[in-house]
Amino acid sequence: MTETWVVIGLVGAATVTLKSVGPVLLGGRPLPTHIAGVVSLLAPALLAALVVTQVVGGDEEIVLDARLVGLAAAIVALLLRAPLLLVVIVAAVATAAVRLLV
Amino acid sequence: MSRTRYRDGARAIVPIALAAAAFAASFGVLARAAGIEPVAATVMSATTFAGSAQFAAASILGTGGGVAAAVLAAALLNARYAPISVSVASLFEGSPLRRLVESQLIVDESWALSRRPDGRFDRHLLIGAGVVLYVCWVGGTAVGAIGGEALGDPASLGLDAAFPALFLALLVPQVRSRRALAAALAGGAIALVLLPFTPAGVPIIAASAACLIGWSRP
Repeated sequence: MTETWVVIGLVGAATVTLKSVGPVLLGGRPLPTHIAGVVSLLAPALLAALVVTQVVGGDEEIVLDARLVGLAAAIVALLLRAPLLLVVIVAAVATAAVRLLV
Repeated sequence: MSRTRYRDGARAIVPIALAAAAFAASFGVLARAAGIEPVAATVMSATTFAGSAQFAAASILGTGGGVAAAVLAAALLNARYAPISVSVASLFEGSPLRRLVESQLIVDESWALSRRPDGRFDRHLLIGAGVVLYVCWVGGTAVGAIGGEALGDPASLGLDAAFPALFLALLVPQVRSRRALAAALAGGAIALVLLPFTPAGVPIIAASAACLIGWSRP
């Protein structure tokens, strides 16, 4: 159990530090424009990477499984302009259904 | 540009916060399966407040990967918060302690939601959304950890597939320009290529390099 608390303490400290880098060191000052251009593209780049790692990510391998069906269902829901919660539910239900049937 | 309030952010994030509560509950369940007590899991959600890092740390501990591997994986997964926090640094004012505390409300979802179409960020949306997400995240973890087995297997519920669907739904409104599309495609490609060869977290951090497409352009 001690091991668990050491991990919780260290991960918490690291996360608090990382999240406060900008606000504590740079608070109140705007970013230079050439950096702002770079930063504005962080969201699309990181979100796309998160989609990829969450949908086919395994333990240092690419795993193709029922999550792909869930993502496909989510894409259909997005094309139909479904609200966010519905998109998420559709993905979970489609994946759960495939796992139940296959 | 219309004025926003904290409650605008709180209201806008509700659909995502509900999903976050479900994920937090699944974290509580998985943490317990990995030998992490309900109190410890809830404390971790309250102090770390970053889903993917928590899942990574718990799974590594559960499979006997050791303290160092668990901490490193979680820190790598959260390294993106350094540039992310820099991107919204100007939204935080007051004493360093206040900025430190408020900055903990920065998570992928509150950050993505607070980005305006013109590329700037909105403090009220970020803080309002962050508070709701935080409450749902910590509360959901406690419920999942205590409720335990009654929830069933998160994978059989398809909860793991809800994650990519969530990030995709957040990505779509971000892709409003050709450069944004290029950054998204490059970021996804970098992550996919590195996925089989690098520890969890590295593909996501490396993908952030795709934002250099935006360097010194008007």
